[in-house]
Amino acid sequence: MKKTLSPKERMAIERVRMPEQDPQQRNTNFAEVNLGLTEEQAIREAQRCLLCKNRPCVAGCPVRVRIPEFIAALAEGNLPEAARILLADNTLPAVCGRVCPQETQCEAVCVRGAKGAPVAVGYLERYVADWAMAHPDQLPHEPLPAPTGKKVAIVGSGPAGLTMAGELARMGHAVTVFEALHETGGVLRYGIPEFRLPKRIVDLEVARLTALGVEIECNVVVGKTLTLDELRRDFDAVFIGNGAGLPVMLDIPGENLKGVYSANEYLTRVNLMAAWRSDRPTPIIHGKRVVVIGGGNTAMDAVRTSRRLGAERSIILYRRTEAEMPARIEEIHHAKEEGIEFILLAAPLEILGNEQGWVRGLLCQRMELGEPDASGRRRPVPIPGDTFELEVDVVVNAIGTRANPLLTATAPDLKLNKWGNIETDENGATNLPGVFAGGDIVRGGATVILAMGDGKTAARSIDEYLQKKGDHTAKQ
Amino acid sequence: MFEVLQNDTLAPNVHRMVIRAPRIAKARQPGQFVIVHPEAGGERVPLTIGDADPVAGTITLFIQAVGATTLKITSTPVGESLRDIAGPLGKATDIEHWGRVVCVGGGLGTAVLYPLAKALAAGGNEVTTIIGGRSEPYIILADELAVFSQVLIATEDGSAGQQGFVTNVLQDLIDDPERRPAAVFAIGPVPMMRAVAELTRPYGIKTIVSLNPIMIDGTGMCGGCRVKVGEETKFACVDGPEFDGHQVDFKLLMDRLTMYREQEAVLLEELPQELRDKIIKVKR
Repeated sequence: MKKTLSPKERMAIERVRMPEQDPQQRNTNFAEVNLGLTEEQAIREAQRCLLCKNRPCVAGCPVRVRIPEFIAALAEGNLPEAARILLADNTLPAVCGRVCPQETQCEAVCVRGAKGAPVAVGYLERYVADWAMAHPDQLPHEPLPAPTGKKVAIVGSGPAGLTMAGELARMGHAVTVFEALHETGGVLRYGIPEFRLPKRIVDLEVARLTALGVEIECNVVVGKTLTLDELRRDFDAVFIGNGAGLPVMLDIPGENLKGVYSANEYLTRVNLMAAWRSDRPTPIIHGKRVVVIGGGNTAMDAVRTSRRLGAERSIILYRRTEAEMPARIEEIHHAKEEGIEFILLAAPLEILGNEQGWVRGLLCQRMELGEPDASGRRRPVPIPGDTFELEVDVVVNAIGTRANPLLTATAPDLKLNKWGNIETDENGATNLPGVFAGGDIVRGGATVILAMGDGKTAARSIDEYLQKKGDHTAKQ
Repeated sequence: MFEVLQNDTLAPNVHRMVIRAPRIAKARQPGQFVIVHPEAGGERVPLTIGDADPVAGTITLFIQAVGATTLKITSTPVGESLRDIAGPLGKATDIEHWGRVVCVGGGLGTAVLYPLAKALAAGGNEVTTIIGGRSEPYIILADELAVFSQVLIATEDGSAGQQGFVTNVLQDLIDDPERRPAAVFAIGPVPMMRAVAELTRPYGIKTIVSLNPIMIDGTGMCGGCRVKVGEETKFACVDGPEFDGHQVDFKLLMDRLTMYREQEAVLLEELPQELRDKIIKVKR
């Protein structure tokens, strides 16, 4: 294979297709849908990159991965170098390569996307990250700086907290991560299903952090087991990345019937507790006809999960049209291939129950799109009198989540906005000295990669804060 | 890991376990609970913190083995550990100065009631405790409760104390103007708590109950433990577990507790025959 290709030769290569499990097969198991590229496919796809001077892809990535550099190393078949670059910029590349919405980020601004298909940055990131996990002995050993003697507490082991932990450990700070659940990963563990993100991948990414010296303590509910004040006393700085894990209720009659779940509960049972496995004690209702209300990634995860739990009909009910769905296009596409039904322009009115208190149906209201609202999207408006009933035995509410007040309720001095999210400046600093925050607790429900970007930004400002604090102490 | 330091059997299948958990012991207040996940691949179950010693760094749990997971926990020998214990969770009991209060405990509910009654007594209240059970062996903690409260016992078969239900004893107290309580705290099986709430309602006696819905995370992120109180839906793990008994929709709570009955039966069937018989006997 030639090492350097002309731009014309590069332009002639077609974008790789990700090998996938067959839809009829995969909707009966929890194994990963995307099977990953072969080495040959990855190198060929890497050769499509024009290594352009502007590098818009780097700016399109919330953690600023040096995309052309790692792709160039990959194109030459130099995987240790590709891995070195990628791992230096991204704490969780095997996760990002799988769950990032590349189509709205790095790939959306790829020069090759202007005419034809952009470079499959996500697939290549995944390939290199998986290679790195499989070949730890071939990775260049990067020495850590001397310990600074500064201690930082991180609240929450989700994408923001884990990224923060990796960044700070590489700067020489002593990091302790406090996690409320019994396993690490936050939404990567309890939210995103095995068929999109195998939990083995999360374990390996976390193991890489502990190898850097990051301490992780599970079963610590900050706000209950320890308070923010205690953390501020015992550590030089605190980062709060505890997410937005509080379900928004539908607030319609029948919401408390048996068979009605929040997406958080449904997915936690299946992902964290592995309720899909017959050898695990945590139960789940295996509905025959399941409706999931919402149009985001959480809704897609829940509805595809229901199918894998054996549902004959799995339905998405969404109040706008497919064009307005916040879910990734790939997930919508995968869902359709797996036989998920989409009922659009419809909203739930009432969950109907039987005499034993179980769900038997959902009364729905047909909608039409009206004038654009504040978000710029056309607002769904009910069509008077146009209602219909769905016969279902499980209802999953995936309309969204809000900030969990568990921590903030015991930290009255911490400034919040009117939705209960923590207020920060653009560097992640809160109103309390030495306390920083990022991810969903600041943004409300957003994406994994945006939370990671927040973790990376705040890590720099914590480092600056600690340096100033150190100087100050030295002067006294 | 959380080491088991003590594991005593108080009544058939009812254990008192002392566990090393320094942070929880330090932070804990009466009325709060923990989530225990005994082993990798296990399930998470909520258990009330019966007592705590912040100096020794220990918590005490009272556990009745009623299924596979509680059996797993209670059969952990001294010196071995439980994988995960998270807490303290839930709101602490609001300890007011009521004057005369009656605490009603049914079965294992007596253990849940114990820290609450102790705190009420320490808060300057005159506490009477009514504890009930099927028969004498199921009456637990009578001596411990007697240290700070007057203890009245009711058993269904009359093998200890007065024959009948705890509500009969409570009715007698309410009927006596010298002993009528200003507030009642009731903890036990849902039908018992409902019966107590119905009994006190016409007298307008403030009645607090501690609810026991199904929980997973215990931190307010899933809503699996939701209950209806008045017109509002509440999450018992963060808004409770204690609520105004006159406002609680007990029918809904009982109904939701049956959600996984079939799966629980399957799990029970998979246990060794000897253990299964033990549990079924206790559950009756």
